[in-house]
Amino acid sequence: MNFEEKLKSGKFVITSEIGPPKGTNIMPHIEEAEHIKDKVDAFNVTDLQSSVMRLGSLATSHLLIEKGLEPVFQVTCRDRNRLALQSDLLSAAVLGIKNLLILTGDHTVLGDHPDAKPVFDLDSISLLKVVSDLMKGKDMAGNELDGIPYFFPGAVVSPGYEPQELQIIKMEKKIEAGARFFQTQAVYDLVAFEKFMEKASKSGVPVLGGIVLLKSAGMAKFMNENVAGVNVPERYIKMMAEADKKDRPKVSVQIAAELIKGMKGLCSGIHIMPLGWEKYVPDVLDASGF
Amino acid sequence: MLITKLKEKEKIVSVLNSRNVFIFKCFGCKEVYLPEEEIDLLLTELKCMDRTVGVDYLCREEFVERYLERYKERLEKVGKVVVFSCGVGVQVVAKLIPDIPVIPGCDTHYINGFQGLKAQDVDCQQCGECWLNLTGGICPITSCSKSLLNGPCGGANKDGKCEVSKNMDCGWVLIYKRLKLLNEDEILKRHPVNIRNYKLIITGNKKE
Repeated sequence: MNFEEKLKSGKFVITSEIGPPKGTNIMPHIEEAEHIKDKVDAFNVTDLQSSVMRLGSLATSHLLIEKGLEPVFQVTCRDRNRLALQSDLLSAAVLGIKNLLILTGDHTVLGDHPDAKPVFDLDSISLLKVVSDLMKGKDMAGNELDGIPYFFPGAVVSPGYEPQELQIIKMEKKIEAGARFFQTQAVYDLVAFEKFMEKASKSGVPVLGGIVLLKSAGMAKFMNENVAGVNVPERYIKMMAEADKKDRPKVSVQIAAELIKGMKGLCSGIHIMPLGWEKYVPDVLDASGF
Repeated sequence: MLITKLKEKEKIVSVLNSRNVFIFKCFGCKEVYLPEEEIDLLLTELKCMDRTVGVDYLCREEFVERYLERYKERLEKVGKVVVFSCGVGVQVVAKLIPDIPVIPGCDTHYINGFQGLKAQDVDCQQCGECWLNLTGGICPITSCSKSLLNGPCGGANKDGKCEVSKNMDCGWVLIYKRLKLLNEDEILKRHPVNIRNYKLIITGNKKE
């Protein structure tokens, strides 16, 4: 079964993430993914994450397929106009890439090339609609395609975003434009997540809860102050602060496992974003009972 | 320079035909070409002149504020206000009467040449297809750092500030709040996907 079929079957799916390197040294990342491929259903490949110039998500997704792994090709609207986006989607299709995650993308000023032109010709909603149109055999200008691609497009949602109604409206518009699954921003508050899921699950579109491994108390505090929709409870900050530096990964794994177990009854799966701590993903999965 | 063009008639005729509407038209200025005659013809044809007030420099907030004071009683009774001006004038009026929906009657286009007052300094990028009727009179192109047209990205922080700068409000949070105030937030849900037409901003370079 592929990722789409697993989601349809009702299996609790697990996705993780590969952040391509700045440079060509991709093999260690692929090997890390291969290491856990029996437990992870698909691997997101980030698209110049945090607006930092890196190896591309299209080539990396292709390499994953060559190794027998299933990628989720992330596509943002920050760097390409509508011609380049449509062309890259067709390129993905001929390389056997089906799963997409469509995002607007971070602004260029947040990354390591802040002088770059931010493109944003399209946004997440309009690009999802373009994907749907390509699947119907038409490009954005209404021209017929010679060879029609098939995709399984997904999108993101941020459960802790305020005002939440605005986030739900956007989620519904993404569904209308063609999103068939969602991955969420990092979740640390299961009570708030349960309330969010009451509203979000009405559509019936599967949601994978986001897990970001905490690296330190400082990181948790930073996210609370700066990252939209993220709210790490004081209890987890305290656990991280009290742990010795060498024990932090262990405590972080314990927290992630607690969250994952709590999410099991609430959503259709989880999406783990290790942000450099890929090597602890097997421990997280073990501790969560997978 | 910028030019304003009257919106296509079918896009504004239903709102103009309502008795429950009040209309402001700018007299234009040397920086802006305003199709005054076309505006007057349309308003006469639709028998709207009794609901119309012409104002000098609708872009000047202090000035417009006094004008609005004069028409306060009439404005309290209307459901919508239509503004015939460049995008700056529309936003000035919308800001001063945040509880009444403001509908632009014109689209504002960029055209090459010397500009005195630059419209982009006052929140109009002359995109050529005014969105202000969908966004509570707050321009998504100038108030959002990514000029998004279909709602916010996920980047605003808890205080509703943009990911680009804590000194900048998230334009879409402002739009959402304004539409809530106007009781028009249904627009966010029902409006189809917006996609910008960049062809409209290069009229100055193009032989038509």
